[in-house]
Amino acid sequence: MRDMGNNTELVKRMRRKTLRGNLLNYVIVLGAYAILQTMVMTGNISSLLKGLLVPLCVYVIAALSLNLVVGISGELSLGHAGFMCVGAYSSAFFSNAVGTALPDILRFILAIFVGAAVAGLFGILIGIPVLRLKGDYLAIVTLAFGEIIKNLLNVLYAGIDSNGLHFSTKSAMDLGMEPTGRQIIKGALGISGTPKNSTFTVGIILILITLMVVQNLINSRAGRAIMSTRDNRIAAESIGIPVTKYKLLAFSISASLAGCAGVLYAHNLATLNTKKFDYNTSILILVFVVLGGIGNLTGSIIAAVILTALPEMLRFLNNYRMLIYAIVLIVIMLFNWAPAALDMRSRLRSRIFKNRGSGNGKEEEQNGNA
Amino acid sequence: MSFLTYLKDGISLGSVYAIIALGYTMVYGIAKMLNFAHGDVIMVGAYVVLMLLTKAGVPGILAVLIAMAVCTVLGITIEKVAYRPLRKASSPLAVLITAIGVSYLLQNIALLLFGADGKTFVDVIKLPSLSFGDGALIISGTTIVTILACIIIMVCLTLFVNKTRQGHAMQAVSEDKDAAQLMGVNVNGTISLTFAIGSALAAIAGVLLCSAYPIVTPYTGAMPGIKAFVAAVFGGIGSIPGAMIGGILLGVIEILSKAYISSQVADAIVFGVLIVVLLVKPTGLFGRNIQEKV
Amino acid sequence: MKKMTKVIGICAAAAMVMTTGTAAFAEEGTFTIGAIGPVTGAAAAYGISVMNGAQLAVDEINASGGINGYQVELITADDEHDAEKSVNAYNDLKDKGMQMLLGTVTSAPCIAVEGEALNDNMFLLTPSGSAVDCITGENAFRVCFADPAQGAKSAQFIGEHGLATKIGIIYDSSDPYSTGIMESFVAEADSQGLEVVSNEAFSDNRTDFSAQLNKAKDAEAELVFLPFYYQEAALVLKQASDMGFAPTFFGCDGMDGILTVENFDTSLAEGLMLLTPFTPNAEDEMTQNFVAAYEEAFDGLVPIQFGADAYDGIYAMKAALEDADANPDMSASELCDLMKVSMGNITVEGLTGTITWDPATGEPEKEPKAVVIENGEYVSQD
Repeated sequence: MRDMGNNTELVKRMRRKTLRGNLLNYVIVLGAYAILQTMVMTGNISSLLKGLLVPLCVYVIAALSLNLVVGISGELSLGHAGFMCVGAYSSAFFSNAVGTALPDILRFILAIFVGAAVAGLFGILIGIPVLRLKGDYLAIVTLAFGEIIKNLLNVLYAGIDSNGLHFSTKSAMDLGMEPTGRQIIKGALGISGTPKNSTFTVGIILILITLMVVQNLINSRAGRAIMSTRDNRIAAESIGIPVTKYKLLAFSISASLAGCAGVLYAHNLATLNTKKFDYNTSILILVFVVLGGIGNLTGSIIAAVILTALPEMLRFLNNYRMLIYAIVLIVIMLFNWAPAALDMRSRLRSRIFKNRGSGNGKEEEQNGNA
Repeated sequence: MSFLTYLKDGISLGSVYAIIALGYTMVYGIAKMLNFAHGDVIMVGAYVVLMLLTKAGVPGILAVLIAMAVCTVLGITIEKVAYRPLRKASSPLAVLITAIGVSYLLQNIALLLFGADGKTFVDVIKLPSLSFGDGALIISGTTIVTILACIIIMVCLTLFVNKTRQGHAMQAVSEDKDAAQLMGVNVNGTISLTFAIGSALAAIAGVLLCSAYPIVTPYTGAMPGIKAFVAAVFGGIGSIPGAMIGGILLGVIEILSKAYISSQVADAIVFGVLIVVLLVKPTGLFGRNIQEKV
Repeated sequence: MKKMTKVIGICAAAAMVMTTGTAAFAEEGTFTIGAIGPVTGAAAAYGISVMNGAQLAVDEINASGGINGYQVELITADDEHDAEKSVNAYNDLKDKGMQMLLGTVTSAPCIAVEGEALNDNMFLLTPSGSAVDCITGENAFRVCFADPAQGAKSAQFIGEHGLATKIGIIYDSSDPYSTGIMESFVAEADSQGLEVVSNEAFSDNRTDFSAQLNKAKDAEAELVFLPFYYQEAALVLKQASDMGFAPTFFGCDGMDGILTVENFDTSLAEGLMLLTPFTPNAEDEMTQNFVAAYEEAFDGLVPIQFGADAYDGIYAMKAALEDADANPDMSASELCDLMKVSMGNITVEGLTGTITWDPATGEPEKEPKAVVIENGEYVSQD
């Protein structure tokens, strides 16, 4: 990330690309929705794919929101799953606590707001100290926060009875509830029995909202300020841009959107525990972002979809499945990022599209050395 | 007396973290990359030693040496095939993700070769335990060897980096690759050498880790790897004494908070301390503060 | 141009990925049993054991004429011990024509899959998902003991046999299995006159237990209860021996398998007691045949309790299908309606004991066996 700026031509090109991409993103999402929903309606869909629809939305939202931090704001965050976790827990707790007191739709909408708000709040709380750090130090601290969130939720017990809510950090027995009370959060066992409200349509709506928020932020005054800090922090500071404030803005919005992804996740499965939200998941989301192209939202969407679907589609390989996945990941990274591979590709392209080959090749090289 | 026992356990665990962190920190210092696969090289080293001891009946010391050789070759190969092509990629994240891919790859190869069942590690270190105060404090042979190995490795590495030609070349490459190249330093060779040393250390760490906690699975290296990474950052990534002190502190904090606060939130406390340290000293305990130029 | 070709290429790849696999593979006249468990990832040992045990049972059944004259096909899927992946695996098996499910192996994924299976009215028999919530629906049954039953039975056993009064506990707070047993053990301990002097958890760090052991040692525990799996237990025993701490150690069914850990110094396990429904050293003919067949089929691997649970699970399905006089042309839902009634009628003489089921709760009725390890062998304690 530190090396990414310095090249105004690159930045300009990226910005033009983003503007064009804005519309394309909505079209891709809506198009995918139209096709898949038709398949669902007409029953032309495998159970596996049908079951994957909501998780795909979850990871697309997570990848888009992380791209806001990694691509736009230029910070390496390894704790994104922590925010998903907070969103998932708070919303699942809300839904379970409310129970049947509210109609399903209203409760779910409120749950999304709860998840987003709590995750956003954590984003601010964590962002204030963390964003003073740079580069790999910031990465390790976000990883640390992700693990801390997970660790603390593992010892949290909560329940509800006629006297209201009860919390404990020791055990379910220490809640001191009436016998009729319901346990909601059971320490490391997490929350089970969350109503299954997430649907593909809701997932798509949340993706569109995420896209809207992220794209509007990028193209706003704040977005330009954030990118200027990414490209050259010292220069941005020297012309009076409140660097930390804008970074915090991007960070907390990103956290809040990750919270939405968490809400969607929590209301799709009957169980929820923190194991899912460890650093491996944070890294997985980062893989989506990097593979799709840092700062490239379309790429994030496509990478998240392919990489989530790939291990499922490789099921016929049985035990070799994860091995193949690992090899594919390494090969794609080398193919997409290695300057030598990029050179080779541009030479190949110039042979195919003879008239415009040479210019592209040079650009590519510049890009590689930037 | 129980405090001393906890302290000893912490130093022993911390020494293992420290040896792993040394590998991390050297590779980071020179290649400016987080080698996420480092933890899995530890696992490979442990499996190699185990197989040599149980299947081939090779004596302990020789097995460790062979494992170091295997890991060295592995480390150099990984660097050459997966990392070197990306050294000049437009984002440093590219190589980070590739490292994650390599980590998955090593884990899954081990899974296919050795199965998912944990294998108990056999004793490589056959030293008697020391007992103090009528058995109130017992220091096992493994602990003694672990701590000694940690100190010896740190001293040797420090001497190597500061006193030898290759060591100076490493410092030069870590400072500025292009300038080093102009001065006639073989950059590729130096980076390969760094990976070789780091991987050989990983093999030693694998043996020590699995001697203290005698079970090997394909995932043995993952968590210690992350912890050691934290330790390296804690001490100031890129700094050799920093990795050593960071590792030992981390181990001690982990064990003491388990003992006196809560075994469940020990990790939260470890990470919490890390955050506090970084907020006070943003480049770690021994990290150099590099002034950015406009 | 370059960008567009890239985008189009990726979209095409995505489209290919999405359109594969809509066909159902079910063969005519074959019962298709699905099995889900972790075959890769940190919990793979349990999943692999279940798959092996189930395969062995299916092969035996097919060799001796099948169920109601129909052959049986076992299809398996990996869930990496992850709830989300487990639901994917479940959907995948459904696409492949699964009619009933043996699984899932581990508790947390099982809870998620059970929610899906209840919606589909798919018969679910988990060999080893021991958390209470694993079988909430009336379509779901299990072969192993529920966690509370194990914890309470352990406390009763210790109390009745007067093994100790000061108890130390170490448990895995990230595992529903371990936590569930610990909670029910603590709840029962009082009434058995046991005093829990130390109760320590571990979660992410699964290699270093010195702090937990030291606390038990300082609290002068006479017996340390270890309700978790044998891989960690092997480390606990080694570390206890290194620090010169030698109480009685007591485990549950997850402890079974400790003697099969490769290169494990079995003298460390001397005197270890455990409650388990299955021991590979049992004298009875059935167990011996099973162990011999298992070792032969799977490169000398010694079966652990998970494999035995799965083996019994397949035979329970067979018994239920025979009781209901079912045939493979029935849909999964029809089979489920028949089998959930039949489960109440059958008795399975299995590796893990003589088992009957309560169709209302889905819980098995069987007696745990207490064994103690002497000279590297299980010796029955009853």
